[in-house]
Amino acid sequence: MRNNPQLNKNGELQHLLTIDGLPASTLRHILDTAESFLGVAEREVKKVPLLRGKAIFNLFFEPSTRTRTTFEIAAKRLSADVINLNVGTSSQSKGETLLDTVDNLAAMQADMFVVRHSQSGAAHLIARHVAPHIHVVNAGDGRHAHPTQALLDMFTIRHYKKDLTRLRVAIVGDMLHSRVARSQIHALTTLGVPEVRVIAPKTLIPSCAERMGVQIYHDMAKGLKDVDVIIMLRLQSERMRGALLPSSQEYFKYYGLTSEKLALARPDAIVMHPGPMNRGVEIESSVADGVQSVILSQVTFGIAVRMAVMSILMGNEAGETA
Amino acid sequence: MELPEVETLLRELAQQIRPRLTPDSVLVGMHTGGVWVAEKLREQLGVKTPLGTLDISFYRDDFGRRGLHPEVKPSRIPFEVEGRHIILVDDVLKTGRSIRAAMNDLFDFGRPASIQLAVLVDRGERELPISAQFVGVHLNVDGHQDICLNRTESGQLSLSLDDAKGRL
Amino acid sequence: MKIHIRNGRLIDPKNGIDAQRDVFIAAGKVAAVGAMPEGFHANRVIDASGLVICPGLVDLSARLREPGYEYKATLESEMLAAVAGGVTSLVCPPDTDPPLDEPGLVEMLKYRAKSLNQARVYPLGALTQKLAGERLTEMAELHDAGCIGFSHADMPLSDTLVLMRAMQYAATFGFTVWLRPQDAYLARDGVAHDGEVASRLGLPAIPSCAESIALSAILALVRETGAHVHICRLSSREGIALIRAAKAEGLPVTCDIAVHHAHLSEMDIGFFDSNCHLVPPLRSQRDRDALREALADGTVDAICSDHTPVDDDAKLLPFAEAEVGATGLELLLPLTLKWAQETGVPLSAAIAKVTAEPARILALNNGHLGVGQPADLCLFDPEQYWKVEPASLNSQGRNTPFTGFELQGKVRMTLVEGHVVYELPDEG
Repeated sequence: MRNNPQLNKNGELQHLLTIDGLPASTLRHILDTAESFLGVAEREVKKVPLLRGKAIFNLFFEPSTRTRTTFEIAAKRLSADVINLNVGTSSQSKGETLLDTVDNLAAMQADMFVVRHSQSGAAHLIARHVAPHIHVVNAGDGRHAHPTQALLDMFTIRHYKKDLTRLRVAIVGDMLHSRVARSQIHALTTLGVPEVRVIAPKTLIPSCAERMGVQIYHDMAKGLKDVDVIIMLRLQSERMRGALLPSSQEYFKYYGLTSEKLALARPDAIVMHPGPMNRGVEIESSVADGVQSVILSQVTFGIAVRMAVMSILMGNEAGETA
Repeated sequence: MELPEVETLLRELAQQIRPRLTPDSVLVGMHTGGVWVAEKLREQLGVKTPLGTLDISFYRDDFGRRGLHPEVKPSRIPFEVEGRHIILVDDVLKTGRSIRAAMNDLFDFGRPASIQLAVLVDRGERELPISAQFVGVHLNVDGHQDICLNRTESGQLSLSLDDAKGRL
Repeated sequence: MKIHIRNGRLIDPKNGIDAQRDVFIAAGKVAAVGAMPEGFHANRVIDASGLVICPGLVDLSARLREPGYEYKATLESEMLAAVAGGVTSLVCPPDTDPPLDEPGLVEMLKYRAKSLNQARVYPLGALTQKLAGERLTEMAELHDAGCIGFSHADMPLSDTLVLMRAMQYAATFGFTVWLRPQDAYLARDGVAHDGEVASRLGLPAIPSCAESIALSAILALVRETGAHVHICRLSSREGIALIRAAKAEGLPVTCDIAVHHAHLSEMDIGFFDSNCHLVPPLRSQRDRDALREALADGTVDAICSDHTPVDDDAKLLPFAEAEVGATGLELLLPLTLKWAQETGVPLSAAIAKVTAEPARILALNNGHLGVGQPADLCLFDPEQYWKVEPASLNSQGRNTPFTGFELQGKVRMTLVEGHVVYELPDEG
């Protein structure tokens, strides 16, 4: 229970559930492998036969067309067979439990589950439950983790900034509810980024956040000063009115990224966003589409990173996790 | 067992290839040893087109048993493959499986006019119907041993015999 | 039936005994301790060499799951678990389905329990009808039917006016009100302590002040109404400080903690172990240390198992969706011993926390082995190690965060009213 459930007994990745607890070498290996996959999209034939005959189930208990599509493209470029299931609308509403659904699909000879679920820990539950030859990739569980997103963000930062060990990175927005932020923070600190800042009002920062190795700022002007990378988080619309925040207008005024605020960062700072963006709520359009924005590169890199994750997991010896 | 000097083998290979070279010919080296050999050949043959490099990790037929190679390098083909005469270069030819993987890889970049194969060492023991047009030397070696190509920091190439690690 | 238990180490905290003494039982009562009474002819002689003889355990909270949740556990399975854990008296909270808010339900439960001839069952009546927090129950009728006190279990009671009225009404008859302090708004949707682990795992959190705010309100109402209140399942350092002050002030309050809170903290959630989804949540190590200390210095009066058997399906869910609770009847004694051993508390003082002290809270004259007392007792091997595994438990609920733990202290035999109701089967 206290061991890392992602690693097999040889210390190799069996599942990718969270960045938390993974060694830097594992993260770098994924990023390096992704570099090789980047070229595949530029060829005449945009796929390699690596996972021919493997069945990958996209198991989405929470709707997300974008993430599901990038996993689907990644799997298809590896020649795997991809089966998409939006479970939220079918069996779960008929009273079938999460693990019933998983058992049923496992019986259809699945080799990998890509799982998105609204509850923190759902991917861990599935990984503990499935037969040892099945790999699980967490495509987002509740507020907990979204490791492939964090990895593609690291890939993007490395692509533009090369050396991560001299960077200041600011993450702006709703850390409390963000699985993306949690995974990014683990990835950044693991890869040796010396200064990770989180900028948000107190209502959007979880307790003990500083124990994750970040510095907390409530004033955006101070928090953005001299940073090399700005990561904007998406603010869910249901959080904008009520006890967390009074209005989207006030949020934008104090925590939205405008060109004036961007000017406080280093002149070569890059702007990132995991998408989908709320223009005018967390980011101004001119910034989102501006020269410092690398948001579309993130999407391109996302496919290569997911190809790397899938092929590394599928290639690692199946067996009992450590 | 005395292994031949790599420089000698390279000269031998270049000699075989030169008469068959067209202005259109390109060299593609297979990671890692094949790239070293191809670099030297390109110099000796005066081929202008930049070298192509292939990492066949994504095409191997033993992925299911061995997983992904821990150090995958990007495949770089800096020219149009469509309609090209390609000389594929590897260090040691044995089962032929790597060559099959490399040909599949190449075809995903386009349809070449022809592919010929150049290897520094052909040690026989083929498991697929593949043969090399240009061979530096034929060697018979104990099946438990690997012939390895090594490179020093200064770029000097040499062959050695090691206990087999089991990769193809 | 006359029984002679010999060569054992008798630990009877209330009577200040911790020595090798023989115990003689006749007509269901303790006939003598120490020397054999004149003319005593035992029908059965039990050799308790190497064993501790102590009063049967009194557990302040054990859910038997009847009526309503028989698929999780039955009275038969849980009553067996109780005596296998040395528990001879237990209090069951009113959160059954339907809740224990009518005398008929209480009578039925008492009757069913009595017919099993095992542990004594003391139900708590619902404080409000259907535990909905709106209308008072017929407390006096429920008391006559056998309720030992009144509780709102873990259901929210956010209307403080209703709470005050309930306390006033209970105080009218001298009934004790059992309350678990938790502010319903601060705890809403929360599933784990608001601390490092919940933040890292992205679990909706319950801050410690949910407990201290509710506890402050309860204590203010105690001053207002004079009601006797038993505070259930304290979990936080702040809560302990409030109780300490309330006792110093002389308020009529007692309190307990669940035994798992004496050992575990939020860290034990690990990677979403749903067996650690408990109410109140496992808090920080500092909180845990404060609870352990408060047990030792008497601020916390008693330890209970908070036994809550849950079926496997209800635990095999993502953490927040998994049903709360842990099975505990069979772990109460060894985990209490573990706490004592780790903190240097004498064995006798530890046993008091699960015998004489809870009996005092219940105002029952049991929990000790004075002459003439009902012979409710337990024999256990204080040295024997055993491994907690699903198969090693009699409870139908296999859900415990202690799975895999090696615990010391194994119940060998349990007697209720002079009858042997449990004997550990011989190994091999």
